Amino acid sequence: MLAYVVRRILIAIPVLLGITFITFALVSFAPGDPISSMLMSGEQLNPDLADSLREFYGLDRPWYVQYATYLGNLLRGNLGISIASRAPIGESVRQFFPNTMLLAFSSMLIALLIAIPAGIVSATRRNSLFDYGSLTLAMFGVSMPSFWLGLMLMLLFGLRWRVLPVYGMGDWSNGLWDIIRHLIMPSITLGAAMAALLVRLTRSSLLQVLSQEYIRTARAKGLRQSVVLYKHALRNSLLPVVTAAGLQFGRLLGGAFIVESIFAWPGMGKYALYAISVRDYPVIQGTTLIFALSFVLVTLVIDVLYTLIDPRIRYG
Amino acid sequence: MLRRRRKRDCGCEVRKECTRFQKAVRTFCRNRLALIGAVILVGIVICAVFAPYIAPHSPLEMDLTSLHKPPGTPGHLLGTDNLGRDVLSRLLYGSRISLSVGLVVVSIAGAIGTAMGLLSGYYGGSVDIVIMRLVEIFVAFPFLILVVAVIAVLGPSLYNVMLVLGLVSWPLYARLVRSEVLAIREFPYIEAARAIGAGNTRIMFRHVLPNCLSSVLVTAAMSMAGAILSTAALGFLGLGVQPPTPEWGMMLNEAKQFLRRYPWEIFYPGIAIMLVVLALNFLGDGLRDALDPHLHR
Repeated sequence: MLAYVVRRILIAIPVLLGITFITFALVSFAPGDPISSMLMSGEQLNPDLADSLREFYGLDRPWYVQYATYLGNLLRGNLGISIASRAPIGESVRQFFPNTMLLAFSSMLIALLIAIPAGIVSATRRNSLFDYGSLTLAMFGVSMPSFWLGLMLMLLFGLRWRVLPVYGMGDWSNGLWDIIRHLIMPSITLGAAMAALLVRLTRSSLLQVLSQEYIRTARAKGLRQSVVLYKHALRNSLLPVVTAAGLQFGRLLGGAFIVESIFAWPGMGKYALYAISVRDYPVIQGTTLIFALSFVLVTLVIDVLYTLIDPRIRYG
Repeated sequence: MLRRRRKRDCGCEVRKECTRFQKAVRTFCRNRLALIGAVILVGIVICAVFAPYIAPHSPLEMDLTSLHKPPGTPGHLLGTDNLGRDVLSRLLYGSRISLSVGLVVVSIAGAIGTAMGLLSGYYGGSVDIVIMRLVEIFVAFPFLILVVAVIAVLGPSLYNVMLVLGLVSWPLYARLVRSEVLAIREFPYIEAARAIGAGNTRIMFRHVLPNCLSSVLVTAAMSMAGAILSTAALGFLGLGVQPPTPEWGMMLNEAKQFLRRYPWEIFYPGIAIMLVVLALNFLGDGLRDALDPHLHR
């Protein structure tokens, strides 16, 4: 078990290096000289000042030295300094990152809470009205742009019926309920597409497992339907669902960009979008890296969890 | 000798392809949803091609005397937007952007991904390791976030959107083609081709590639839907096609600002996006059922 985890972490190292290299290279694609883009447009560029700044930021050294410096800073937890606010990026990330994770996990929770029961009912009552209904809804859910769903929810629940707040994330000082109220619409918006995908997956995976011979054996032994379904079939059929949910986590993070901008959720996406609007390249670089790192971490955790659920992988 | 063999080889293949093709067409046509998808898609393609003849107005023509008209206004079937432009005309022209971005992205990603997957699966060894590590690195980024970051740096424009979406979505095809090639490589007919002296290039392009194409086609339909959704999302964030070009995501972004007073303006662009994506998903599902040899019983 431990050996597997260690091996899995070692495999992640070249990927992490690649990710940091891409985020490092990202900024060098930026048009124009980084020094002149750092100064405000009105400021006159003094050549001596520019040179000393270039030296200060290490931009006069070859790219591999710059990359090594970048990596060294990252290892010390230093993400650089924002051009727009002159504040350390790490601090802003510490402020915004938990909010995005809260949104992502509550969306995932909503998606799983909808998808697994609906998938089970669809599979056990195959070709019923419920089955057709949920499959149709799922097809629409996959095809619907999340930002459109978000706007529609906002229009109905926020503006017409005024039951849910449309803006921000509330305040912890007003209690948990205030946060939850603010969380409902963004989470549904973000989780809908994932729920749609997972319903189809749960259904097809459960159907496949139910046609296996050991299920027939279990039924032949005279076990109750519920025991066969929940003890024998469900556990095996949820494996691909768990994997897919993990892989979809990246999509959730990407979707958070959009959902945060619609509902003004104070998370990483909103922070990054603001940085984009003022061309704050170090912040774009830093947030992209944090998003990628958290995705890699989640995939890693899912992989390890997977071995706990399914011993075949550990010994295979 | 060589010529005779090639001819027979060809004849054989054509006959086999033909029956399989007919079978695929029959399976496809029996799938009602796939047919619906195909019909919707053909409709949208017609809209895109003949937009100048169908659209009642120019998509850029502003009329400051009739702003925010509701749907059903005489002369403006779906109303007008914040600059008095005809929404229906903008939607019709918008289909051109969506479809062409979808096609270009799928072509770029499909070409790179198929080539990478073919090389990786066929040669294996260090080529495989290098390409697959590259794929892993690309896949480690949440897709939309990498796209947004690159576009933020390059600057938003239609061409950058196409290029970046294409260059970032190839790993999907590479993984798929690689797994297909790994299976195909072991078939006796590949060994036979090698035994009669066919070179690597010939085996790859004549014997391996054609057998991967059906799954590439299915993925292309599905990922075109994804590309269209991503383009709209970028437009919505203001990072895609720039105004005044009519693009569905951007139209939603503009309508969002007037959500409180003119809520109907968000309906139609969203429905247009959903219709295209739904049609492509139906089509992709149908194609998979029709073309996937594993599903034939």
